Amino acid sequence: MTRSMIRSVVEELDQLQTFESASGFEALKMLSANEFDMIITDINMPDINGLELINFVRKDSRHKEIPLIIVSTEKSDEDKKRGMAIGASAYITKPFKPHELKDKVKDLLKL
Amino acid sequence: MKSSEKEFIAETEEILEDAGEFLIRIQESPKGSADPDIVNALFRAMHTLKGMASLFGYQAITDISHSLENLLDDVRLGKIEITEEVVSFLFQFIDILRTYVDAVRTNKPQKDREVHGHLEKIRTFRDSLSQRGEERSIKGLIADEILRVLSEYEEHRLKSNIKEKKGIYYLKSSFSISDFDVHLKEITEKVKTVGELISTMPTSENLPEGSIGFNLMIGSSKDAQGLQDIFGMRVDVLIPTGGAQAQEPTGEQYQEKPSSEIGMKVSSSTLRVDIEKIDMILNTIGELALVKGAHQRVWAEMSDKYGHRPIVVDLYRVGQSFQRRLDELKQQVLSIRMVPVGQIFGRLGQITRRYSRSANKKIELKIFGENTEIDKFLAEEVIDPLMHIVRNAIDHGIESTEQRLLNGKGEQAEIVLKAYQRGNNVVIEVEDDGKGLDINKIKSKAVEKGLISEKDTLSEHDAIDMIFLPGLSTSETVSEISGRGVGLDVVKQKLGDMGGFVDVITKKNEGTRFILTLPITLAIIKALIVRIGTDKYAIPLSSLSETFALDTSTIQLVENKKVCNLRGQMLPLTDLCGLLGLGMDNRKKCFVAVIGHGQRRVGLMVDELIEQYEVVIKPLGSYLEDLKIYAGAAELGRNEVVLVLDGEAVIEQCISKKAHANV
Repeated sequence: MTRSMIRSVVEELDQLQTFESASGFEALKMLSANEFDMIITDINMPDINGLELINFVRKDSRHKEIPLIIVSTEKSDEDKKRGMAIGASAYITKPFKPHELKDKVKDLLKL
Repeated sequence: MKSSEKEFIAETEEILEDAGEFLIRIQESPKGSADPDIVNALFRAMHTLKGMASLFGYQAITDISHSLENLLDDVRLGKIEITEEVVSFLFQFIDILRTYVDAVRTNKPQKDREVHGHLEKIRTFRDSLSQRGEERSIKGLIADEILRVLSEYEEHRLKSNIKEKKGIYYLKSSFSISDFDVHLKEITEKVKTVGELISTMPTSENLPEGSIGFNLMIGSSKDAQGLQDIFGMRVDVLIPTGGAQAQEPTGEQYQEKPSSEIGMKVSSSTLRVDIEKIDMILNTIGELALVKGAHQRVWAEMSDKYGHRPIVVDLYRVGQSFQRRLDELKQQVLSIRMVPVGQIFGRLGQITRRYSRSANKKIELKIFGENTEIDKFLAEEVIDPLMHIVRNAIDHGIESTEQRLLNGKGEQAEIVLKAYQRGNNVVIEVEDDGKGLDINKIKSKAVEKGLISEKDTLSEHDAIDMIFLPGLSTSETVSEISGRGVGLDVVKQKLGDMGGFVDVITKKNEGTRFILTLPITLAIIKALIVRIGTDKYAIPLSSLSETFALDTSTIQLVENKKVCNLRGQMLPLTDLCGLLGLGMDNRKKCFVAVIGHGQRRVGLMVDELIEQYEVVIKPLGSYLEDLKIYAGAAELGRNEVVLVLDGEAVIEQCISKKAHANV
């Protein structure tokens, strides 16, 4: 639900195309096959958590530098702090207003 | 109703159903040892519910599930201990959420003030509990590099495992990127058998293109070598089993509070054991009983030869004492398998509350004898049949409120669950005070289905028995609660498989009572050994009601079937010789073993009643499983093996033979 909302918000920005994955494992597969300009992830996922994904991405030569946003509930405050500590670029608390996300994306991609 | 709303209702109901199941499983686990995976699943269920409700714009459900999610987050992070109180609070709110989902269905407006009340209640409850001390820090025990990637929840699970003195390990593996998820799934399942998967960390370091590595952090009481043997991959030890203590540096932050020490003692006083291991002990006990038999024989021979010499008397005493200890041991092992029936009743209570609400009937549940003990295995097996009967009672047995008032009954209906021990059996009764079975309706239904012809005269008892036939339901409408026509035959079948049976007593306008009789345990049973011709057979005492000697000249023939007069009642007789295909044996005198109770009984004619014996029943193996009248085989000692008759199946066979003779 949040995923499709994020996609529609981001795609409102020109030139951006989005891909979504339903789990951490799927995301890992996608990352191995494609290059991306930005990653948006939740913390709570069924297989690997968002922190483990961020850690992986930051050590992967192709995605070392890419902007990464955590989108998670206010309950995950502690986790978001940890995410920032291991290299997330920003975080947004669910529920959020579309323009919050849009502004962050624009800012990070320098659009 | 819009289809999206329907979908919402269906999905939320499923989530709430799951949540209820999770809670029941948490409730059933011994204090302090709730499975973290289930607690986490419960949290996720609430999380999903919140997301769905907010997407569809149901504010009340969103708010309440959100509050509960927060509460459950504290629970899974170990900030709140999951006590009986917490469980029943959650049960209560799952029921409240159900009423809100019902309100969506019926389009009732949601009352804001009421919602605020609920939220306030959850908040106060949570505040009253969130006072558990901080968990001790594990900095220094585990490398920072690893710790910083763990989520708060994973860190909590890591701490719990350390506290339980489990070993913490890294399983290192790498796979092709294309199918790593398949392999990981297999490994994850395997991990569950030896401990807990705490975290799954992907890595691409030092790996060729196209492959991906995983470090699986697990907590287990096995040692590294054991894990290596099981998983066949590299195992790094982060903390050895029981070893957090050993390498614990001295420093204030590692000091454990005395209160949590007490908590640990409590949780370690129960042990979960694979039931197969207990069965193995029982098998050994069965074999020890054979050893005892051999001892008895040696003693008897010596006593014959040497008379009452001190050594012979001594040998006898040793045997007696061995027997006593063996009996004690057996009782103790059997008691491990026993659980109070109350566990099942708790779940039935849930079902009743739920279904009575959706059927819009007021029902009070009364429970008696919840401390009666029953074999764990049988308890698990009997739940489904019981649930079915309870649902049936709510759905078909109990009338609508209006109808009750018209019939001069109280508005509130009653379902009584009762359990007690009778001899070697446990009896569980489900009684409702509803309208009772409609005998005429059952008969006409059976005629309609071609099961009997219109001319057949059917006793009331036989008519009631027909409700257990497949495809026979007298309810005109299909209901989501009990469905229609599926079930009671399965109930009977299942009871039979367990070596039990079901009886029904019904009275028009007063109610229906289902009486389920089960053996207390299947592990070791008492059996009567009988002789037929030259062969011996065992009849379980649980299905035996009495035995007597019979002069064959007093046997009468009614409609070409053998019967005898037993205290003024006709008892149908079956010659076991004939039933087992051993050929007819004309004898003047025989013994009769009566199996079954009440109306459903049959006298089995045998040549001799030998002795009572405790036997461990062993299955016959798949190639003989079609022989329904045998429950299995048992060893009597001196390498003598007998077949054990399945009482219920024998009765069934005799009755169906009778029915056949009718045609």
